[in-house]
Amino acid sequence: MKRLRGLSDRAIAWLFVTPTMLLLLAINIFPLAWTVRLSFTNYRANRPNAPVRDVGLHNYSSVLTDPDVWQAMQVTAHFLFWTLLLQTLLGFTLAYLLDRKFRGHGFWTTVILVPMMLSPAVVGNFWTFLYQPQTGLWNYAAEYLTGVPASSFSMIGSVKLAPWAIIIVDTWMWTPYVMLICLAGLRSIPDHIYEAAEVDRASRWRQFCTITLPMALPFIMLAVLFRAIENFKMFDMVNLLTDGGPGSTTELASITLKREAFEKWRTGYSSAFAIILFVTVFGLANIYVKALNRVKSR
Amino acid sequence: MSRPSLEAHSVVAPSRRSKSIAAVIVVAYALVSVIPLVWILLTAFKSAPDSIAYPPKIAFHPSLDGFCNLFHAHSRQPAEYIDAMPPARSVCDRLARERHMVISGPSNFAPRFLNSVIISFGSTVLSLLLGVTAAYAFSRFRVPGKNDLLFFILSTRMMPPIAVAIPIYLMYRELGLTDTRLGMILLYTAVNVSLAVWLLKGFIDEIPREYEEAALVDGYTRLQAFRKVVLPQAATGIVATAIFCLIFSWNEYAFAVLLTSGDAQTAPPFIPIIIGEGGQDWPAVAAGTTLFLVPILAFTLLLRRNLLRGITFGAVRK
Amino acid sequence: MNKLVSRSLVAVFVLLALACSARRDGGAQAKASEHPGRPSSGAADVEELTLCWAAWDPANALAELSKDFTASTGIRMKFEFVPWTSFADRFLNELNSKGQLCDLMIGDSQWIGGAAENGHYVKLNDFFAANGISMDDFMPATVVGYSQWPKNTPNYWALPAMGDAIGWTYRKDWFERPEIQAEFKKTHGRELAPPRTYTELKQVAEFFQGRVIDGKKVYGVFLYTERGSEGITMGVTNVLYNWGFDYQDPGKPYKMDGIVNSPDAVAGLEFYKALYDCCTAPGQTNAYMQEGLDAFKSGQVAMQMNFFAFFPGLYKDPDVGGAKIGFFANPGEKRSFTQLGGQGISVVAYSKKRDAALEYIKWFAQPQVQKKWWTLGGYSCHKAVLGDPGFAASAPFAGPFLASMQMVKDFWAEPSYAQLMLAMQKRVHDYVVAGKGTAKEALDALVADWTKVFADDGKI
Repeated sequence: MKRLRGLSDRAIAWLFVTPTMLLLLAINIFPLAWTVRLSFTNYRANRPNAPVRDVGLHNYSSVLTDPDVWQAMQVTAHFLFWTLLLQTLLGFTLAYLLDRKFRGHGFWTTVILVPMMLSPAVVGNFWTFLYQPQTGLWNYAAEYLTGVPASSFSMIGSVKLAPWAIIIVDTWMWTPYVMLICLAGLRSIPDHIYEAAEVDRASRWRQFCTITLPMALPFIMLAVLFRAIENFKMFDMVNLLTDGGPGSTTELASITLKREAFEKWRTGYSSAFAIILFVTVFGLANIYVKALNRVKSR
Repeated sequence: MSRPSLEAHSVVAPSRRSKSIAAVIVVAYALVSVIPLVWILLTAFKSAPDSIAYPPKIAFHPSLDGFCNLFHAHSRQPAEYIDAMPPARSVCDRLARERHMVISGPSNFAPRFLNSVIISFGSTVLSLLLGVTAAYAFSRFRVPGKNDLLFFILSTRMMPPIAVAIPIYLMYRELGLTDTRLGMILLYTAVNVSLAVWLLKGFIDEIPREYEEAALVDGYTRLQAFRKVVLPQAATGIVATAIFCLIFSWNEYAFAVLLTSGDAQTAPPFIPIIIGEGGQDWPAVAAGTTLFLVPILAFTLLLRRNLLRGITFGAVRK
Repeated sequence: MNKLVSRSLVAVFVLLALACSARRDGGAQAKASEHPGRPSSGAADVEELTLCWAAWDPANALAELSKDFTASTGIRMKFEFVPWTSFADRFLNELNSKGQLCDLMIGDSQWIGGAAENGHYVKLNDFFAANGISMDDFMPATVVGYSQWPKNTPNYWALPAMGDAIGWTYRKDWFERPEIQAEFKKTHGRELAPPRTYTELKQVAEFFQGRVIDGKKVYGVFLYTERGSEGITMGVTNVLYNWGFDYQDPGKPYKMDGIVNSPDAVAGLEFYKALYDCCTAPGQTNAYMQEGLDAFKSGQVAMQMNFFAFFPGLYKDPDVGGAKIGFFANPGEKRSFTQLGGQGISVVAYSKKRDAALEYIKWFAQPQVQKKWWTLGGYSCHKAVLGDPGFAASAPFAGPFLASMQMVKDFWAEPSYAQLMLAMQKRVHDYVVAGKGTAKEALDALVADWTKVFADDGKI
């Protein structure tokens, strides 16, 4: 590296990278290492003076054999599957339609974007108001549209409906996000490819299948990846909407983790659970990103 | 891969009919999805009994009850006490006395809102500062283990916040950082900086090196080239990143509720627990929600073009 | 762009400076909490104390009452009231993180074990002795329930502040209507009156369920069903106790199998579910105290279970109070118990204003202050108030309250109480509200849960 006037490139590189690395080390890595360390002990944060024992892999085996943990993972999987499916379908459809560029499409895009900007916690809280069987707008609208009496069902109180209640709210909030990414993807496809296809007299449908979809696929996959990671970690909205209830039918993994860590204060146990969750997401994301890269390079 | 063209269509020159059909469907979805938001806005201006009326009232007498309850604390007093007090001075005073209540002081909302502003903007600015410098370094220089570092940075976002909160809670407890604004700013910055580095590297990669080389030849130092050449070019990308960082910090709940209680508590943990005379005070909650949404909405609307660019670069980089 | 960068840097520094200046002195805090012997400021130089409690009517009454304290000592009182649904989370978190937000804490009765063993509260024995405050002046059930740890030993960690238990309200005006009375007598062959057993209560509830009164459909009862903190447990125990449920073998501590899940207990749990299924309003799947007040005040239910703390406010309610409301103590069945509520007031060990906080406790313990506490709407535990001959007649709910306080029973107060509570919340809510499994399975699983907790704790 040439030495120019002022700081050398090397010095700048170090100067620029170090603060970020230090911050991440302090607030991400060190705590992560501490969590790993805690997961091998029986430490409880509400008894800082109690003697701490090393328990080896006991916490991990506890977590993996706990039926409540498996129930939470099942609930999370159900939630992930349906929200990803609905948001991808809706988001891509909206993006495709917006790309027709009808008059005022910019304005309507902005309108659709607004739910995304609310705090998920506040959204969850407010939707309990909307979902109330006696005074809520949702039940009233359902009665108006389908004739089912409003007080005969409760979205967040019924074991069958509560999982759908959270899926609906999440979809309402985050479809705009998927839509934006798909829109970026659709807009990245250059005109000349379509023009070439038109010259070849390919039908609209064929163009869609052979050009639009494949070229937008990396973007769609990326949107799915981001949303999947976010929804796997989901806590705020569901906590305020149903608090994991009724029973444990909407108790996502994060809510179980919060109960174990901050209500029961089983710090060692919940650290093991946190590590297991992290490894799961990390592993799955790794595999997914490899697939994504392969799709991109096609 | 070419830069995303803002001119490209998915099918060149769609017909008028297909445009109209598209418009109808999109507008229908937009209207349906905006109904809950409109309902929140309406509820903010209802009186408490109106807000829980059944069937839900669409036409009602607007009242400032919600906003008054949001900003003031009340206490119930017997009628004699109220009669003996000086006449009501403000709208909120009058409204309170109609319900045999007296304003006993400001509520905690304004301080919480202020905390949100300080913590969100503080962490956004810090994330941008750290992010743009680190991104520049990763983009222009040979940093050892670059790709691994980049993936590691991204993977820090994969832990559920509750999981991260456990050791942070213990650490902050030892350092005395629980319930402090500095603690929250550092935490949010650490979470945001990973996204900031990733996005900004993408933007900076796009800027041809020739511009800096030219500047260096002209006698600028590397730092000056960075400031005068690269940053202006990356401006839209910086703004896009800023929006994401701000939205995250502004709306964050899990860390706020676990690590703050009074001094540094932000608005999201506060709004859902506003209690009125019986049960939740929905007009006040709605008023708080609306007010809390306004800054973010304004910020994003002003800069919405940058939002699209920001999202693009997550996908375009190799 | 130059300007942008330099302006941003300035902004960052300004914000950080603001943040740092607003921050409490972190370093000193950390050190102070490690040296409990370090003297706190004398009462004379303290200007303000912070008292933490839940946000409900009695708290507003206490705020009102405390004006007298400020008048006599010049110390201002600041209050931090948090709704019940986040009360435990927020303040247990505060105590566990050695926070200094609260100088005085009116914590739940079940926190005593944890607070005592982990050093969150100041032990008050010496203070009581030095200031002539005797625990004999307070009702024994409240002393055991709100102050002592370990139970039934003279170690005091709180002053009994708010006596409370579960009671019932009912729509006296509906019960007194001739046509309703006639119909009830025809169906059940006895007079319609406040039930004395749960069997009677279910009959009355079924009678009112779905009935149209004044043009509106009404429902039988309101029951606690809240999932998150402690709601459904506080409701179900009232029924379980009276069927024969107990927490452990009286002779053998921590022996629970056969006691917690005895056939009687199973029958009791089944009864609560039956009552929930037959006679409650729709949508009450996560309901606790506030929802009960809403349901009763809006004329939705004939009978409501709730804590006595709310009854003064209900009595004054313009829509359902006065002559329209009646009160009765928790009905018995095979036994007669009611779930204890209530709290004691404690001094937080991490507070820097310990002397001033103790001053407040001394002031609060005085009989005349306790009498005023009762008139303002708080439930004093002092014998001077409760033992007064005119007490039972002083308000329509006073008699049932006195009767209830003679038959209270409390949940575990162990240090691991949170885990025990959460386990019961989950098992009971899963069965009663979500309809999972049978009552026997729920209680068997609960025994297993509790055994694991105590084993982890080293108590078994």
